[in-house]
Amino acid sequence: MFIDEIAHRDDDARRALPLAPPGAAEEALAEAQRLRFYQTGTLTAGNRLLDPAERTVQASAERANAITCGHRACQGCGEALGARYVLDAAMRATGGKLVAVNATGCLEVFTTPYPETAWRLPWLHSLFGNAPAVATGVAAALRVRGVDARVVAQGGDGGTVDIGFGCLSGMFERNDDVLYVCYDNEAYMNTGVQRSSATPPAARTATTPAVGDAPGNPFGTGKDLPRLAMAHRIPYVATATVADLHDLERKTARAMGIRGARYLHVLVPCPLGWAHASHETIRVARLAVESGLFPLFEAEHGEVTRVTPIRRRVPTEAYLRPQGRFAHLFRPARDEARLARIQAIADANVRIYRLAPLDGLVPGEAAHA
Amino acid sequence: MRKPFAITLDPGSSLANHTGSWRTERPEYVHRLPPCNKACPAGEQVQAWLALAEEGSYRAAWETIMQDNPLPAIMGRACYHACETHCNRARLDEAVSIHSVERYLGDLAIREGWPAPACAPGTGKRVLVVGAGPSGLAAAYHLARLGHHVVVREAGPAAGGMMRFGIPKYRLPREVLDAEVGRILDLGVELRLNAPVDDLPRLMREERFDACFAAIGAHLANRVTIPTPDAGKIVDALAFLRENETGEEAPRIGRRVVVYGGGNTAMDAARTAKRLGAEETVIVYRRSRAQMPAHEFELEEALQEGITVRWLTTITAGTDAGFQVERMALDETGWPRPTGEFDTIEADTLVLALGQSVDLGVLARVPGVETTKDGRIAVGADLMTGHPGIFCGGDMVPAERTITVAVGHGKQAARHIDAWLRGTRPEPEPAREDATFERLNPWYYTDADRTVQPELDALRRRTTFEEVHGGLDERTALLEARRCLSCGNCFECDNCFGVCPDNAIAKLGPGRGFAIDYEYCKGCALCATECPCGAIRMVPEER
Repeated sequence: MFIDEIAHRDDDARRALPLAPPGAAEEALAEAQRLRFYQTGTLTAGNRLLDPAERTVQASAERANAITCGHRACQGCGEALGARYVLDAAMRATGGKLVAVNATGCLEVFTTPYPETAWRLPWLHSLFGNAPAVATGVAAALRVRGVDARVVAQGGDGGTVDIGFGCLSGMFERNDDVLYVCYDNEAYMNTGVQRSSATPPAARTATTPAVGDAPGNPFGTGKDLPRLAMAHRIPYVATATVADLHDLERKTARAMGIRGARYLHVLVPCPLGWAHASHETIRVARLAVESGLFPLFEAEHGEVTRVTPIRRRVPTEAYLRPQGRFAHLFRPARDEARLARIQAIADANVRIYRLAPLDGLVPGEAAHA
Repeated sequence: MRKPFAITLDPGSSLANHTGSWRTERPEYVHRLPPCNKACPAGEQVQAWLALAEEGSYRAAWETIMQDNPLPAIMGRACYHACETHCNRARLDEAVSIHSVERYLGDLAIREGWPAPACAPGTGKRVLVVGAGPSGLAAAYHLARLGHHVVVREAGPAAGGMMRFGIPKYRLPREVLDAEVGRILDLGVELRLNAPVDDLPRLMREERFDACFAAIGAHLANRVTIPTPDAGKIVDALAFLRENETGEEAPRIGRRVVVYGGGNTAMDAARTAKRLGAEETVIVYRRSRAQMPAHEFELEEALQEGITVRWLTTITAGTDAGFQVERMALDETGWPRPTGEFDTIEADTLVLALGQSVDLGVLARVPGVETTKDGRIAVGADLMTGHPGIFCGGDMVPAERTITVAVGHGKQAARHIDAWLRGTRPEPEPAREDATFERLNPWYYTDADRTVQPELDALRRRTTFEEVHGGLDERTALLEARRCLSCGNCFECDNCFGVCPDNAIAKLGPGRGFAIDYEYCKGCALCATECPCGAIRMVPEER
């Protein structure tokens, strides 16, 4: 999400963006840093010494495992991880009474090669662009039939931001009782890494190759879907990543505690499309947050109500470096102009969402990332 | 079964698809060697006992220490804790205060009266230990636990060696020392006080000892010639500390005391003099602070107690009122050179703390025993001297002279003596990879400040021998134990179980860890990367 790009188009629009309440970052940071269970705080999935109530769903041997073993996602797939995190948390929140509707995309393809399925909950797939409409229909049917169950619709960024956006906007506008989850890996990975309108500037994809004077995806393009969802003034919008399990599960549970249209946008790094090592999926997602490029926030009825502060801020370079899709920013020579523009995007996010209590980098902290 | 239109196959599960065949590397759980364990001269399994302490299993934690070191309450006070110097947590915020947790466990054991872990059945072998210092006591303890009958002969009037006659009470209260020594004697170890050894081979023959461990320490004070009209003003630090410990009344030192030397014994002597009422206590050291052999914290505590230091100064002669001193200057190699500038210090007493040497007499007379050029007893890697069956350790042999090294020697010697008596060799410890900081994922550890031990107030520190540092209570000890990063050893944080995109890790329950299902593990290595403590290794699959 590249707030700055939107803001540059219209300075007045930028002033009109709803801000996080002042001091929210400081308060949340203080709370997060409070010594809860000593050894590792509450940053790991669980811990044998931690009060079970403070452990994540994923730390439980009784978790639903909504996607089971044997699925055909690549090694280190962020989307497989993100979908299990969200659905297991939603399964716990609804006592297992959950139906999932899936848009076309990697997630659908790697879980359901005919006749196998990796899903362990009722699951429907129709078309690439109609998952929000199908989910609306499922929710209506369940209501008519008097079945006590909730509906989650899910898709990748292609099915959400581009192809399904009309249906999604309609679902938001009618405030249908569906949680829509977008697993954002910032391009069409399933078909061979083509650009989507969630692809960040400068990223190399099959359709925005790293050649010519302006290599990679052009600056000043793309959509910020969480902001678009907020513009519908739906009850709940949140962003999350696979790097912070506690944050992701808390937001999922919160979303399932609300009726009406809700939107959860989860950043899921893709080792294949982003060209990073398979074991770096979580680290890269963490760096997206810590650099300020992916702000974590929640909004209710169009207003930002809470931000998850940056714990140890790093320069955007720390996020870009491990990813082959940004390699041309560093080789054969550093592309200072584009690196500065990307850093400016992160700085704007930090300012707009008040992601860090201090302005600028904290010296020496980059080493921790 | 009749199938819907265009459907030809029965529904199936993805479980049929064994994705483990994609793997080129496999994750494996490992136990790496934490830096604290590696650094401990006594070979304590520090990470292991902290792991027990942090779940509140204090007795099990204490018993784990006791596998390697019979003196936890003493160590928690008097050890210079190399474990903390090497602690990976120091790179994050501050090292875990390992010594304060060890002291808590040691004190708890004394308060609760926990006995030492049980001994093996008797072997009928008799082992003589010469010297009841830390090394001799540790050897006696381990030998007794291995089933041997141990007799300790001590030349002095009480057990403890330098722990009693070198380390002042304000650093090591005597009740603590007595309790931990008493626990070793409870194992059936015979202690003979005021029993110096003269002819070691004859004694061993006459009393039918099968082996001997000698650890008589280094208690001869190094001297320097200072021409003076009143030689009675000059004492050596060890004699001074010993007299303070055993004398009927406190040593007479007067109002102004000069301590000559820059080691830990100099600090102990100066701080003791202060407590005995010396209003002016000055340490004179010929080099600068950077080269001082004393630990920085000991100097700092001495300064806090009002002791002053004259750096780059030597004492050249005594005068009627005190001593003549000369300023020194460091040359380009860092060696102090006289400058010819003289000055005087008024003093009633000069305490010499210029290092100690080994009294080689008893052992040098034993046939086959060799000495080193710097006046110590030569031993092999098994701590045996040139005389079969006579082993040596502690301050007598070439090694760093600390209480913890001495205790470590006691343990090693016991294992080698045991093996020698059985005609075998001790099993070597299996080699383990180091749990370096680079193998950790420090992101997952939250900031947690080191617990501060309470300190005695300044006035009482200058006037009494009460212990300077207080202990932790249960809550603070538990918090401190939980600051341990568990380097290289799984602490069951569930991260690997949580981050596996293929559900290929099973959680086996508390204390049992995790298991990897290699049928489905694709080898992405997310588990290894996101393991906070570096307890997972990636191993290439063989083709």
